[in-house]
Amino acid sequence: MAKRLETFLEHLEQADNQADLQDRAQDLQGILRVDHVVYHWVSTTGEQYGCGTYDPVWVQKYVQKDYLRVDPVVLGCYQRFHPVDWKRLDWSSKSARAFRREAMDHGVGNQGFSIPIRGPKGQFALFTVSHSCDDAAWATFTDAYRRDLILIAHGFNQKALEFEGVAHRGPKKALSPREVDAMTLLAVGYSRAQVAQSLAISEHTLRVYIESARFKLGAMNTTHAVARAMSQGHIVV
Amino acid sequence: MLHFIYACDLPAHPDLADTMFRNRAQQFKDRLGWDVTVDDRGWEQDQYDRLNPLYVIVSDQGRHAASMRLLPTTGPTMVNDHFQQLLPDGPLHSAQIWECTRFCLAPGQGTTAASALQLAGGHLMQAFGVDHFVGVYDRLMTRIYRGIGASPHQLGAAQGICAGLWTFDRDSLRDLSRRADIPLGQVAADFSTSLAAMGRSNAA
Repeated sequence: MAKRLETFLEHLEQADNQADLQDRAQDLQGILRVDHVVYHWVSTTGEQYGCGTYDPVWVQKYVQKDYLRVDPVVLGCYQRFHPVDWKRLDWSSKSARAFRREAMDHGVGNQGFSIPIRGPKGQFALFTVSHSCDDAAWATFTDAYRRDLILIAHGFNQKALEFEGVAHRGPKKALSPREVDAMTLLAVGYSRAQVAQSLAISEHTLRVYIESARFKLGAMNTTHAVARAMSQGHIVV
Repeated sequence: MLHFIYACDLPAHPDLADTMFRNRAQQFKDRLGWDVTVDDRGWEQDQYDRLNPLYVIVSDQGRHAASMRLLPTTGPTMVNDHFQQLLPDGPLHSAQIWECTRFCLAPGQGTTAASALQLAGGHLMQAFGVDHFVGVYDRLMTRIYRGIGASPHQLGAAQGICAGLWTFDRDSLRDLSRRADIPLGQVAADFSTSLAAMGRSNAA
């Protein structure tokens, strides 16, 4: 699965337009075997844009009926930035309960996990996976994929920002000399202990170098980071 | 007790908010002499408090004992907006790094409260899938951070100010739990109490 998600992230990064994002949402639905994957951007003026696998009839109804003002997921996540299981939200009002029934009728599912995203200049977006299953199965799924889903959510958002021309600019992140050293030694098969010893640093410090290289490379784990460092020409072995 | 409260939910905790912002004025304006703004209530606040940050607060009998302020680095942050000179590798924007600022202790509070705060922060990171906090701190704090079992990895430094990354593994959380004298189960319980409230009010 880790390999498939890595490949997925590579594909996502190559998306050129909104139609590609729609295809990627469908790919992810298949990879994760969940009922739905949705990316949803709400501008400060209330304009909406998104892609995903929800029933188009439901999406149209959502926009027409202005459910943005009722949807507990949007209300609970707006201006916040931590990932949320839908069970944690307030579904107690009459309008929220009616909204939930309608969503379920359109196959949205009884479970959901949403990641609010705060971008530059007050940008707000939501990435959601939803499914029909019991609480225990859902907890297992979200525990296993929380970190991956956060990375993927921001991958979608990064693309959307790019298309809108508001992505964080800046040079393609270069690795620092220490990060290059660490990645190179890992690439040639050294263990972490051996790398730390070769660079005369503690394993704790080494971990920080690896982690910072990993986020610069947009990688999911150390192996993925090493692979990316090689494929992007940061290291040569 | 440990609290995790977004700015929009602070009105539900008036005493905690009042003592936190007053203690911040005492620490940053009076003690450290920073150029910060204190209003007529005696509260220290800046533009980042208006971005609905998430506060981590340690309370003692309902009053603020220690706190810090968290913001995601995918949006505006102090370190990227004002302290680029401390970031040799350029601005930090990552889904898995949150910025931690305004690390504050109430007068009379010491290393136990500071450890409790780091413990709370470390727990939050695990629960929310955050790998690192990035923060700007006075070089004088380096020893204090080491003393409470939460040393940052320094990214850069200039004129007595440093930027650093924090991360916590299971061992360091157990260590902080012992230093703070708060069992890990209690941290988890306080966290879920706060979390239940986090998704239940509509952000302003």
